[in-house]
Amino acid sequence: MAFEYAPAPESRAVVDIRGSYGLFIDGEFVDGSGGRFKTVNPATEEVLSEVVEASADDVDRAVAAARRAFDEVWGPMPGAERAKYLYRIARIVQERARELAVLETIDNGKPIRESRDVDLPLVAAHFFYYAGWADKLRYAGFGERPLGVAAQVIPWNFPLLMLAWKIAPALACGNTVVLKPAETTPLTALAFAEICQQADLPPGVVNIVTGAGETGRALVEHPGVDKIAFTGSTEVGKQIARSVAGTPKRVTLELGGKAANIVFDDAPIDQAVEGIVNGIFFNQGHVCCAGSRLLVQESVATEVLAALKRRMALLRVGDPLDKNTDVGAINSATQLDRIRRLSEIGEAEGAERWTAPCALPDRGFWFAPTLFTGVTQAHRIAREEIFGPVLSVLTFRTPAEAVEKANNTPYGLSAGVWTEKGSRILSVADKLRAGVVWANTFNKFDPASPFGGYKESGYGREGGRHGLEAYLAR
Amino acid sequence: MTATVASGLADVARSDASLRAFLRGLPGVDQVGADQRAAMLGTRSIKTSAKEWAIDLAIRMVDLTTLEGADTPGKVRALCAKARRPDPEDPSCPPVAALCVYPAMVPVAFDSLKGTGIHLASVATAFPSGQAPLAVKLADTQAAVRDGADEIDMVINRGAFLSGRYLEVFEEIVAVEQSCGDAHLKVILETGELATYDNVRRASWLAMIAGADFIKTSTGKVQPAATPPVTLVMLEAVRDFHETTGLQVGVKAAGGIRTAKDAIKYLVLVNETVGEAWLHPDRFRFGASTLLNDLLMQRSKLATGRYAGPNYFTLD
Repeated sequence: MAFEYAPAPESRAVVDIRGSYGLFIDGEFVDGSGGRFKTVNPATEEVLSEVVEASADDVDRAVAAARRAFDEVWGPMPGAERAKYLYRIARIVQERARELAVLETIDNGKPIRESRDVDLPLVAAHFFYYAGWADKLRYAGFGERPLGVAAQVIPWNFPLLMLAWKIAPALACGNTVVLKPAETTPLTALAFAEICQQADLPPGVVNIVTGAGETGRALVEHPGVDKIAFTGSTEVGKQIARSVAGTPKRVTLELGGKAANIVFDDAPIDQAVEGIVNGIFFNQGHVCCAGSRLLVQESVATEVLAALKRRMALLRVGDPLDKNTDVGAINSATQLDRIRRLSEIGEAEGAERWTAPCALPDRGFWFAPTLFTGVTQAHRIAREEIFGPVLSVLTFRTPAEAVEKANNTPYGLSAGVWTEKGSRILSVADKLRAGVVWANTFNKFDPASPFGGYKESGYGREGGRHGLEAYLAR
Repeated sequence: MTATVASGLADVARSDASLRAFLRGLPGVDQVGADQRAAMLGTRSIKTSAKEWAIDLAIRMVDLTTLEGADTPGKVRALCAKARRPDPEDPSCPPVAALCVYPAMVPVAFDSLKGTGIHLASVATAFPSGQAPLAVKLADTQAAVRDGADEIDMVINRGAFLSGRYLEVFEEIVAVEQSCGDAHLKVILETGELATYDNVRRASWLAMIAGADFIKTSTGKVQPAATPPVTLVMLEAVRDFHETTGLQVGVKAAGGIRTAKDAIKYLVLVNETVGEAWLHPDRFRFGASTLLNDLLMQRSKLATGRYAGPNYFTLD
């Protein structure tokens, strides 16, 4: 008899979503002068709240507030004092972790298991980690002077975690920030604004302006910002690079990826299969460093594919708030369209499609875990970032061929190597042109470990000691 | 070797070299990855109707065990009564799978369990150390079977295994298997002494090729005993062996499983590794003594909505 897991929903009672939100400028929630837009729960299409689409004037006020706070309070403050605020924020994040996890899941569509066990612990860890650096900058080797006002634009795939990656090092180094969350996932950033109030962070040190592309453009192009940190698509990253050319603004870009996950025939097969699944189906594949190209050695390809399909059939797709859900909702209708379109192109170009047998809910945005076999380097699904639960499977014969295929992409964010042979790990990792190379694991993050890309995956590093460099003046 | 050796893999054990080559050729186990997989499955939230179902299944999978030097016929008879009717106040509570005792207690247990359908398991082969001549181990097994045990829990020769004498281990299992007659054979790997997951995977295959009906984690006398990742590695071996040979070998997790919550985690491991065919007392067992009372307590909590005190459940 089958073991049917009864529904185990996490309670929504811990979150209190307001009907509408203003902008967080100079320590207060204020009405913006722009229009308003709705944010929805992608798992149900239910409207959660209304937020402001910040206008150029709103952005101007936010930048002015950040400048004031930088000049008068935060810039001159000793590092040890700044650290106290960051530690306080980290502790409040931990205290409110359950609430923030539920809010993240409702607004983003990711499974509560991931927001609870991955996102939130990492958010707190990032604040703790950079709090520790605040009074030790002289030992990091990048100088001790902050840049000034940082304009930060973050994506919707890890809303609060990307906020932490941006805000924690900026504040530790003495900068003030204006941050724009993604238009589909503004709620945890606004909850973070409340945390800043709760922590008595001086007004203007953190400002949150909600909005879409136009708001982001106004922020990035504002003459009053000294530094731009962007995580998102390569297309927008290129626009930003163009718009700041010839200005003194410093820029770091963390863009797309098309990572190769390389499985050699001497790999620990069961764990490699877990790693492949975690590499591409973690967070519905909405991960810039997702292992979206599986390169498997020909001699074990049949065995690995059979095991992979067996494992994919076990993925539990559905209500993101259910504690047993493995794969949640696609973040938006727009993203779902893109995933569908590229998958259809994959079929049209002759790759063979296999989809995990699973029932999808009627409402909301859903895409079943899918893999393509018979994929070559020439297929668009092997070249373009799909940013969804779609895996392209390619084979190789020799380590040299694996490296060549892995590097044959305009991107270079991450890669994975699976083998029980230590010397092979070192030799292959050395040849891969990717910012992060995972060996016998995938999608593992730690605040002490720098993260960033080669080539069109961007430049600059976030996390670790390296992550300080982007926020300090030489 | 013999007719009981798994078909298709029979020639694997034709020599020490071929057996060694086969076992060393199995894919490695990445310890970090296996630990993470087991931990992730440990976060499954099993509630309400699923929990009721799982608790009843876990009770039906218990090998109610007493393996103490101080065991008496009276205690064994008391356990037999408990095995039949674990919760005297609730006739809907299912019986356990088996009673597990030392060979000396088999005649007592046999009399008490006659006609109940509950299996009678006995540890044999100089349990728990296995440090006795083969002839003694076989005599131990034969005595238990003669007195009525229909399941034999044997220990492997860990010394031979760890020093790489795989064929010696293999031949010993085959010999015990032949001494078992119709009794089912559970082969205890004593994973706490094998130290690595690679060894657990090799020992699992070795035992299955030699004809084990069950592979069992531990004696319960060595720490660590059963752990979720070790059980996961064994379940994966059982799954792969089934795909290779078509034979279904059972798994018994023994030692250290004391709460219903833990037991349910093991059932989740079974469910998401080998699937529902193994969610049956013929394919998965818990070797435990204190676990049963917690299962009963949680069962009555689900039925009544409140916890009864520990005094409402019989002590063994």
